[in-house]
Amino acid sequence: MRSAEKTYKELQELANVIRADVIKNLVAAGSGHSAGPLGMADVFTAMYFAILNHNPAKPNWPGRDRLVLSNGHICPVLYATLARAGYLPIKEGLTLRKLGSRLQGHPHRVALPGLETTSGPLGSGLSQACGMALAARMDDMKIRVYALTSDGEHDAGNTWEAVMFAGKNKLHNLTCIIDRNNIQIDGYTEDIMPLEPLREKYESFNWHVLEIDGHNIEEVVDACNQAKAVYEKPTCIIAHTIPGKGVDFMEYKYEWHGKPPNPEEARIALHELRTLNGRIKSEHE
Amino acid sequence: MLAKHLNKSLFSKEVAMEPTRDGYGRGLVKLGQTNPNVVALCADLTESTRTQPFAQKFPDRFVEMGVAEQNLAAVSSGMAAMGKLPFISSYATFSPGRNWEQIRTTICINQQKVVIAGAHAGISVGPDGATHQALEDIALMRSLPTMTVINPCDSLEAEKATLAAAEYPGPIYLRFHREKTATITSKNSPFEIGKAQVLREGSDVSVIACGPVLYEALIAAEDLSKVGLEVQVINLSTIKPIDLESIIKAAQKTKAIVTVEEHQITGGLGSAVSEVLVEHFPVPMQRVGVADRFGESGTPEELLEKFGLKAKHIKVAIKEVLKRKTLLYASET
Repeated sequence: MRSAEKTYKELQELANVIRADVIKNLVAAGSGHSAGPLGMADVFTAMYFAILNHNPAKPNWPGRDRLVLSNGHICPVLYATLARAGYLPIKEGLTLRKLGSRLQGHPHRVALPGLETTSGPLGSGLSQACGMALAARMDDMKIRVYALTSDGEHDAGNTWEAVMFAGKNKLHNLTCIIDRNNIQIDGYTEDIMPLEPLREKYESFNWHVLEIDGHNIEEVVDACNQAKAVYEKPTCIIAHTIPGKGVDFMEYKYEWHGKPPNPEEARIALHELRTLNGRIKSEHE
Repeated sequence: MLAKHLNKSLFSKEVAMEPTRDGYGRGLVKLGQTNPNVVALCADLTESTRTQPFAQKFPDRFVEMGVAEQNLAAVSSGMAAMGKLPFISSYATFSPGRNWEQIRTTICINQQKVVIAGAHAGISVGPDGATHQALEDIALMRSLPTMTVINPCDSLEAEKATLAAAEYPGPIYLRFHREKTATITSKNSPFEIGKAQVLREGSDVSVIACGPVLYEALIAAEDLSKVGLEVQVINLSTIKPIDLESIIKAAQKTKAIVTVEEHQITGGLGSAVSEVLVEHFPVPMQRVGVADRFGESGTPEELLEKFGLKAKHIKVAIKEVLKRKTLLYASET
């Protein structure tokens, strides 16, 4: 459901607003992850403003599509997107990681409307999405389930148990989006535990695989729509992203995986996000 | 005095024998008939966990997971999120052994109602040996907030516990055993999650037990009554939430407690009972269980003997605790 029929240009701008929200909230929190949330801002914008069938006024509506965030540590972008979609006040983002906040350091389902799962420990989100997709099919519910996963969590055996399970059960109502940003806490994914050939791995597990530029919202939307037309297999969308996207000193740097900017770095980051607006758009026009 | 509702032929040679896992299998089929939301998931152990009758009767609501216990727990969480009531089964060493973190995160913290059935618990698994004898699973599950832990004493209680688990709020761990064991209770025996049952009245010492080894406690009590000792025997099949009131009452009445379980003596029923006693009414206590070591291959009988879980071992523990009780109360007067 394209909310208010925003143009792709408007959605790309909204993604940058969400990036700025992420930076502000991380600075207020004083801890948390920077690179992943910035890298996934475009995918999240696409999901909540162009792809998901959902209703922020009725977060528990049974007919909604389900989005399962598996790598819970990038929740600052989930919270900021949910806020911009109307699930919570935007200024509540500043309570991130604080005592009593609904915005826990890793998502806690029952704390905040709009969260589908509790997550953080890596490798289990795709399993939960599989369970949702299978249960929906048992009840002939015409919903779609999206699992957002990181590349790093493909080190985990649990992830591959789920990949195998979805292939076996031909869960065509399931789409797994992988944030292929090539970094994890200890370094580059191909140094820590090589994942390539990732596409071929998924294909050999009986998945339909698409590869896209994860910063091009139109590509994200097109890929998710294509997945709807695949009836015999689950679909995996490998979204190639740049960790820290939009903030020059963070881009591509695994050092920014697990820390927030300090106030001075945040000032520079917010300035860049504003002035780079034009450049980011021009890449996709 | 034995409770009237117990199996009438309890101490006869012809006492009915059935594995507790059979009660789970029967309960699961009954739930399948009455509750369309019940689904069963199993990790390649469908026959031996007694999930098979459900799978045959309700193939559309059975999910074969293969040897993937982490996925077993997390997929069930996703199904619960969609309104299903999943019962997941494997051997207790694998589930909740291997998938403890998925149970913690995706079921407990995530607040999804799933029933975890751990089969082949305890040393009595027999020849499969140490790797397959779950002796730590009560400790693992008891430490999780929101989790209920039940170790039924016989197949009838196992069936009642399975049915009750569907109605009771929150995630539940049901612990079952492989071997045929004596039917202690009857269809009329009361069962309520969280309630201990006094199976035998007595005033000298209380034995609190869970699982089929409860039978050994009853035998020990019968034997000792012949020499004038009146042993109270309590079935504490629900280890969590623990029945504070019944334990405190037993301690006040008999002033000595022995616990019996087919589990490590650390972290299980014995630990749970001692936690209650130290805070509310400390009395001399003795724990019978596996003494901080792993099992090995052997017949179930040989192993129960070797690891000290027979009636004679319980009698030794009772005599020990009574000595301490006598000393303690003698010094007080």
